[in-house]
Amino acid sequence: MGLSRVKSFMILIGSLGFLAGAGNGLAETGPDTVVLDSLAEFYEPVQFNHAVHVDLAEGKCAKCHHHTTGAAPLEPRCLECHKGGSDGGVYACRDCHPLKRFEADYLAALDGDRQRFHLDKPGLKGALHRNCLTCHVENGGPAGCQDCHARNAKGDALFRADIVAPPPGQPTGGH
Amino acid sequence: MKNFNRRNFLKGGLATGLAAAATGAPKPAAASGTFGGYPNSMGVLVDFTRCVGCRSCEAACNKEQGLPAPDKPFDDLSVFEERENGQQRRTSERAYTVVNRYDQTDRKSGPVFRKFQCNHCNEPACLTSCFVNAYTKTPEGAVAYNSKVCVGCRTCMVACPFYVPAYSYSSVINPVVKKCVMCYDTRLKFGRPPACVEACPQEVMTFGHRDDLINLGHERIRNNPDKYVDHIYGEKEVGGTAWMYMSDVPFEQLGFNTNLGNEPIISYVKDFLTIVPMVLTIWPALFTGFYLLANRKKAGVGAEKPEPKQEEKKS
Ligand code: SF4
Ligand code: SF4
Repeated sequence: MGLSRVKSFMILIGSLGFLAGAGNGLAETGPDTVVLDSLAEFYEPVQFNHAVHVDLAEGKCAKCHHHTTGAAPLEPRCLECHKGGSDGGVYACRDCHPLKRFEADYLAALDGDRQRFHLDKPGLKGALHRNCLTCHVENGGPAGCQDCHARNAKGDALFRADIVAPPPGQPTGGH
Repeated sequence: MKNFNRRNFLKGGLATGLAAAATGAPKPAAASGTFGGYPNSMGVLVDFTRCVGCRSCEAACNKEQGLPAPDKPFDDLSVFEERENGQQRRTSERAYTVVNRYDQTDRKSGPVFRKFQCNHCNEPACLTSCFVNAYTKTPEGAVAYNSKVCVGCRTCMVACPFYVPAYSYSSVINPVVKKCVMCYDTRLKFGRPPACVEACPQEVMTFGHRDDLINLGHERIRNNPDKYVDHIYGEKEVGGTAWMYMSDVPFEQLGFNTNLGNEPIISYVKDFLTIVPMVLTIWPALFTGFYLLANRKKAGVGAEKPEPKQEEKKS
């Protein structure tokens, strides 16, 4: 990813943030900020600037909210049933993408679900990361884990941040 | 741990092999019946198009399995540059899973990252080759391992077509082989996926019934024919594996051995057993089987090539 692309992304964000100030608080564009705290065990909550991203998406809600804001779904697989796309009043990612994607009871329920396409529906964590990070990577946005998620003490412990890597060329004692 | 009673595996496999030999009609390997896995067993479909190389899965594995501290923290991405005898990182007694980077010149989202761990074969060569039955294929799909039974002979290390089992040198008194057990004891048997699956921010790994995953994978390919390589690695390879892979870059370029064939490794061994029905010849036969396999393994590239130092370990 070129530095210039990162720079232009930052400039874009900056200018849009400024512009967004004017149209804040409109019901049609949703909340200005969304607090994403489902990874709170290991990371500080993310203050997601929704307003900036509304502008980045040029007001095309469906770029992120596929098939819940009146546009047809992007995935051909979803399109098979959810044809026209409907404004069903459900916009929050977590209303469709389960937080507990990996809990035994959710998996058991999936087993009984005859709409087998839902087997491939990502959980909340996957949906958010794939939506956000893919775009960030492709458009030069911040893409390091801690660019968005500041780790807490428990996260530091998980990643063994206490370990100081040996200087290069030094035998590691591994294997 | 669940009982293991598949007749295709060593004890039973031996008996059927000998019986076939007694009738004087050695059957072709395939006719001796491929297992194809327990019905309803679980699996994991890994989609490399989604992996961003964050190593969260490695961190989660380390914690879940209580593994020793790594040399570098899990957010240190310099591990992708590491080479040992020209090879990228491999699984070890201290890391049951590793992620490696494969640089691409012409890919929109940059390099491909490949997560690597035991594939939990439907007909595991490690299990077949182990003469003390330290390995178990559970009905849930995991190839679990009992270190209390293991005598440390390292046959499984030679047998595994993916070079997964690693030898632990840390205990002289209790030498053991170490590998991923799909979090069987702590998660899988309670209906939960392995820790790495849950930790992944991108949900690179989909956990479910192996049969469903195969359908789902082919559906992804059908819906995105321009994106994916039209192959699910592990659907058929060596008789099928519980962990399967999808990619947008040819598998050979990601260090996969695409020359292993679809026969389970046991079939090579069984062929010999049917020809020479003498218990004393079983070991040479096994090793001849492994020799054939080793030749196939040699044909592979990248991550699945043996480290040269495994030569010493064999003796
Ligand atoms: S990948 Fe190797 S260690 Fe894992 S089940 Fe297959 S043969 Fe055994
Ligand atoms: S946690 Fe997921 S995205 Fe991160 S390296 Fe592992 S498989 Fe890739």
